[in-house]
Amino acid sequence: MLKDHAKIIHAIAASDEIVGRKKLQKMIYIAKKINYPFHEKFAFHFYGPYSEELTLRIEELCNMGFLNEIKEKKGGYYQYRYTLTESGTEFLELNEVNMPHLKDCLVDMNEQSARFLELVSTVLYFEELPKEEVKEKIFTLKSKQRYTEEEINQAYHYIDALNTKAAILS
Amino acid sequence: MSYATEKLTEEKVFKDPVHRYIHVKDRLIWDLIGTKEFQRLRRIKQLGTTFLTFHGAEHSRFNHSLGVYEIVRRIVDDVFKGRPEWNDDDRLLTLCAALLHDLGHGPFSHSFEKVFGLDHENFTKKIILSNTEVNNVLRRVSDDFPKKVEEIIAKTSKNKLVISLISSQIDADRMDYLQRDAYFTGVSYGHFDMERILRVMRPREDQVVIKQSGMHAVEDYIMSRYQMYWQVYFHPVTRSAEVILTKILHRAKALYEASYQFKQAPAHFYSLFKGEITVDDYIHLDESIVLYYFQMWQWEEDEILSDLAQRFLDRHLFKYVEFDPAKEYKKLSELSILFLKAGIDPEYYLVVDSSSDLPYDFYRPGEEEERLPIHLLSKNGEVRELSRESSIVDAISGKRRTDHKLYYPANLLHDEGPHKEIKKQIRKLLDLE
Repeated sequence: MLKDHAKIIHAIAASDEIVGRKKLQKMIYIAKKINYPFHEKFAFHFYGPYSEELTLRIEELCNMGFLNEIKEKKGGYYQYRYTLTESGTEFLELNEVNMPHLKDCLVDMNEQSARFLELVSTVLYFEELPKEEVKEKIFTLKSKQRYTEEEINQAYHYIDALNTKAAILS
Repeated sequence: MSYATEKLTEEKVFKDPVHRYIHVKDRLIWDLIGTKEFQRLRRIKQLGTTFLTFHGAEHSRFNHSLGVYEIVRRIVDDVFKGRPEWNDDDRLLTLCAALLHDLGHGPFSHSFEKVFGLDHENFTKKIILSNTEVNNVLRRVSDDFPKKVEEIIAKTSKNKLVISLISSQIDADRMDYLQRDAYFTGVSYGHFDMERILRVMRPREDQVVIKQSGMHAVEDYIMSRYQMYWQVYFHPVTRSAEVILTKILHRAKALYEASYQFKQAPAHFYSLFKGEITVDDYIHLDESIVLYYFQMWQWEEDEILSDLAQRFLDRHLFKYVEFDPAKEYKKLSELSILFLKAGIDPEYYLVVDSSSDLPYDFYRPGEEEERLPIHLLSKNGEVRELSRESSIVDAISGKRRTDHKLYYPANLLHDEGPHKEIKKQIRKLLDLE
């Protein structure tokens, strides 16, 4: 009952704050892919895996007063900053979430750029394909982002490191 | 003549209540319709549990898939053909993607996906790419053709124009299901002038655009969609049936995990319970199989499984009250405790269900949105986003409506048994007295 809401609040609490909707989407997707039980459904969109359900849940949590969303102008565009409100903290106390050591993984992801997380989540989305095909997908579908081969290799290393972190800690 | 260009000696037609006729000339399309994976869609209802609210809603995903194919066929053969922005080499790819876009849907998809962590898009991909009859037919075009079709459906192809025909805010999928679902449910909301919209669609490099003169038909389409979501798709009684169906699956899974001895071994569910379902298992799972087990489960020893199965089959659904999670989540905890005290497991009998819809949204430059807007094409060739031209659409753009309901078994809260007082407290909290 409201467990899925509680998990998202827990993720934002564990991250302290998350800046950017894209970053938030990618963090939850990556956490889901390394086997944390988030149930939002993702499909492939402009910036890689994206979940309409997650967008909805965040909007709901803001409307409920559990999350604080601040819209900030940054250069030529707007970005959104998410933190927990007092009511959110209270809700979380009543609806405990047990996702061992998710915090360590989220804090690590939160230190990465949204651009890099977009790449990592795209690699994970195509994880069943051979690496060469994944590279081809990224160069074709993400041509505007101009990812280099080196960055793609870094994304693979990062996924390995995150998986190890989640496995060691859990 | 290659298989890709082979035509049937005589055009085949399917009589259809929405589009009148569905025309098939291509051998490839005819062969795909004949595969067992596509025929299986006849045994999966388009609207899941909606038939318990609107008794006419017994139509299948087979009907809808043919409908989407027909709309796309009319667009590419009658509207786009010969236009410089349209590459006719994409015709078959587009038709196949339209026909197969829902191939991976299972019985009561929404509930099954939720309980067993499945993803119908993933099964669409697997059915198209693995050793299936559909794959064999597609491979007769070329070895990489199944992959090309799958990439259009999964939206991971670089061909954005073809993707937008099948999946965007104004696509063949939505245009078919709104009209078809309106027809079979018997409601008057889902109608709009599709012929007009098709006539004013124009291909562009990245997406389909609509001639400015068709704006009013598009406004009507968006309003129809809005009405259908709230009057049909999110009907609270349908949601009650879906809540019960989800809980039946949860209970069966929990019993299996607790090594419960079923009177009738649910063999078709084992791979689902274990999280090891194969494409072959999945293809064999249809609504008749699921409903067979529900029939069997109403005679099980386990009281919860038996009760929930009977409720679903006999349509003794849960009642509901409006619920505001922000203000009432503490009340929900109180109710959970009282349910437990009354001997009613809240995990299965006290359920919050939420529905939400965003009728139309657009990408605002500089914002991190991910929805492809509808673009209007003016006479001078300029392309402008719909809500900038239409005040009706502007009024509802980006405005999400959400509805939460709390479902409970009314009949279990009204007996004079040992928990009479607790049940009275529950009824009071639910504002039932």
